[in-house]
Amino acid sequence: MPAAPLLEVDDLRVAFRTRDGVVNAVNGLSFTVGRGEVLGIVGESGSGKSMAMYSMMGLLDNPNATVTGSARFEGTELIGMPLPKLNRLRGSSIAMIFQDPMTALTPVYTVGWQIVEQIRTHEKVSSQAAWKRAIALLDEVGIPDAARRAKSYPHEFSGGMRQRVMIAMSLACHPSLLIADEPTTALDVTTQRQILELIRDLQAKYGSSVIMITHDMGVISEIADRVIVMYAGRAVELGGKSQVVRSPRHPYTWGLLGAIPRPGQRGQRLATIPGLPPGPHDDQIGCPFRSRCRFAMDECSEMPQLRATGEAADHLDACWLSGDARKSLRGEIA
Amino acid sequence: MLFVAKRLGSALLVMFAISIVVFLIFFATPGVDPAARLAGRGASPEVLSQVRHAFGFDQPLPVRYVLMMDHLFVTRDLTSYVNIGDKVVPQIMQAAPVTLSLVLGAAVIWIVLGLGGGILATRFRGSVVDPIIMVIGIAAVSLPAYWVGEVVNLITQDRLHDSVFSWVPPLGYVPFAQNPGQWALHLLFPWLTLALLYGGIYARVLRAELVTAMGEDYVRTGRAKGLSERRILWRHALRGSLSPVVSLFGLDLGSLIGGAALLTEVVFGLPGIGKLTWDSLQNLDLPVIMACVLYAAFFVVAANAIVDLLYAVIDPRVRRA
Ligand SMILES: Nc1ncnc2c1ncn2[C@@H]1O[C@H](COP(=O)(O)OP(=O)(O)OP(=O)(O)O)[C@@H](O)[C@H]1O
Ligand code: SF4
Ligand SMILES: [Mg+2]
Repeated sequence: MPAAPLLEVDDLRVAFRTRDGVVNAVNGLSFTVGRGEVLGIVGESGSGKSMAMYSMMGLLDNPNATVTGSARFEGTELIGMPLPKLNRLRGSSIAMIFQDPMTALTPVYTVGWQIVEQIRTHEKVSSQAAWKRAIALLDEVGIPDAARRAKSYPHEFSGGMRQRVMIAMSLACHPSLLIADEPTTALDVTTQRQILELIRDLQAKYGSSVIMITHDMGVISEIADRVIVMYAGRAVELGGKSQVVRSPRHPYTWGLLGAIPRPGQRGQRLATIPGLPPGPHDDQIGCPFRSRCRFAMDECSEMPQLRATGEAADHLDACWLSGDARKSLRGEIA
Repeated sequence: MLFVAKRLGSALLVMFAISIVVFLIFFATPGVDPAARLAGRGASPEVLSQVRHAFGFDQPLPVRYVLMMDHLFVTRDLTSYVNIGDKVVPQIMQAAPVTLSLVLGAAVIWIVLGLGGGILATRFRGSVVDPIIMVIGIAAVSLPAYWVGEVVNLITQDRLHDSVFSWVPPLGYVPFAQNPGQWALHLLFPWLTLALLYGGIYARVLRAELVTAMGEDYVRTGRAKGLSERRILWRHALRGSLSPVVSLFGLDLGSLIGGAALLTEVVFGLPGIGKLTWDSLQNLDLPVIMACVLYAAFFVVAANAIVDLLYAVIDPRVRRA
């Protein structure tokens, strides 16, 4: 029997009640993250990546949001977990970093103070010991002159440096899972690359699992072991990195890969797929990509299920196209 | 440190500028004989020439300014000519502690009420507690001070004075040095009245700030760190939300100490700065009016400087300015 995965997500759904109907931001998402594995989640803006993560972390405080389905972390159900219990996991076993490092830190406290707070929330250590660890962490994520910089305020750091601080803080309690929600999107190209390398190095060193959320296939191909391609709240393709990047099977993934900018231009948005994702109130019938898909056919008015369509049993996609025809069809796009 | 020195320096400069402007308005308005204004209506020619000489109205403006400031701050013998013989500065010195006692005591109460109300309302957002606090807040703000004072007096001094409120002393002021207990007892209802009028707005401002702050990214970071909601509210959201409250507080405190507590002082028979200003205006007692204006300006400027310093304590981003 294979070891149980670290995180097991099953049919996760997030729905918002709004004035003009229900918005299904996450629509039956299922995946697993193994120990030490890096899972990349890629998809356009609004595809529900953040909402999926927030719902697992209990970060959706919108009273109009309902979360259903299940997310088991080390066998324990996260969805609906009472807050005190959840708070013992958050920051210690599961850490999260966010897209915008400029606003993610509290402006009125020094970065050292905020890392010490993180440590002392979960561990009974003296504040001197915690300060020492905070400085060591800042040093480890590449903040020069860490002992002095620990006493600086967030506004005294650049965006890239702040994201380093966030990473230091998230790793302070050695989480077994790090959720990184577009950690590089707000940064310039060179800084993106450095932050990505930092995450990869630290992941290799500590062996934590990582969920890396991004718009950017380039980031995926650099860091991920496995990949989920999300579209309109669903996974449309799921497989190993080389499977998805080298032999993608879903027309939407083809578009994404076609949208990888040339080297030096990473960070561009996925603008080259014509059309817009379905509005939040679109019907739930049929393939959600069909309004933009050049291969759409009659079958596509029914919802395709995620299944293996090629030789590899662990490479899944949700598309009605016949398995054999895909290679030649993809050629048509290029 | 440099920041503090700079801020205090600029406050002094502003004070100086205000004193000049006030002086010019009162004593250098073209076409008006300042001596006649100083001496008051129907002054005799002897008095007029005496005033002219004392204030150097036969000399150039800068000399006059210096003489006036000398009368105000150094010799402190500026004399009211309406109530002949009353020295102006001692009058102010006598009225100031009354106003300070009234305003500072009330401020303590309204800050506690305002901050407490704002924090409670935020914590219980979505329950009935929140709207109840907010409605009380807006109702309190819209009440007229004089009316509240009259009602309080009617109840405590008259209708229920023989039963529940028999312990309430008659209107008036007892200096702290003379009897601290009576001082507090005499001021209790004036304090509560003033605090009621001001506390509501503080609760509302703080709640609005806190609710905004609770939606900030750093709050989400705090939750992801595993911090309790209480810690997030008290340690993270509250700190930044205090800035607008502090600046509101500075403005209110400055203007109240400067005389804006007039109505409360009058209803409760407290001989404070507001009352003094009011009386001097009624009598067109120019030296007193001018001294009161300068006194008020001093507290407004000082309150502003203190607010700025507090800002820097609360928010490190201000310190570099
Ligand atoms: N408060 C809300 N009310 C209604 N719908 C919402 C609300 N918040 C989010 N949504 C819906 O959730 C969808 C998914 O949003 P989400 O932030 O998860 O996207 P994302 O994939 O993280 O995008 P990005 O790459 O821009 O971060 C959005 O398209 C939006 O329609
Ligand atoms: S199911 Fe149809 S519409 Fe959807 S991606 Fe496949 S071919 Fe395109
Ligand atoms: Mg997002």
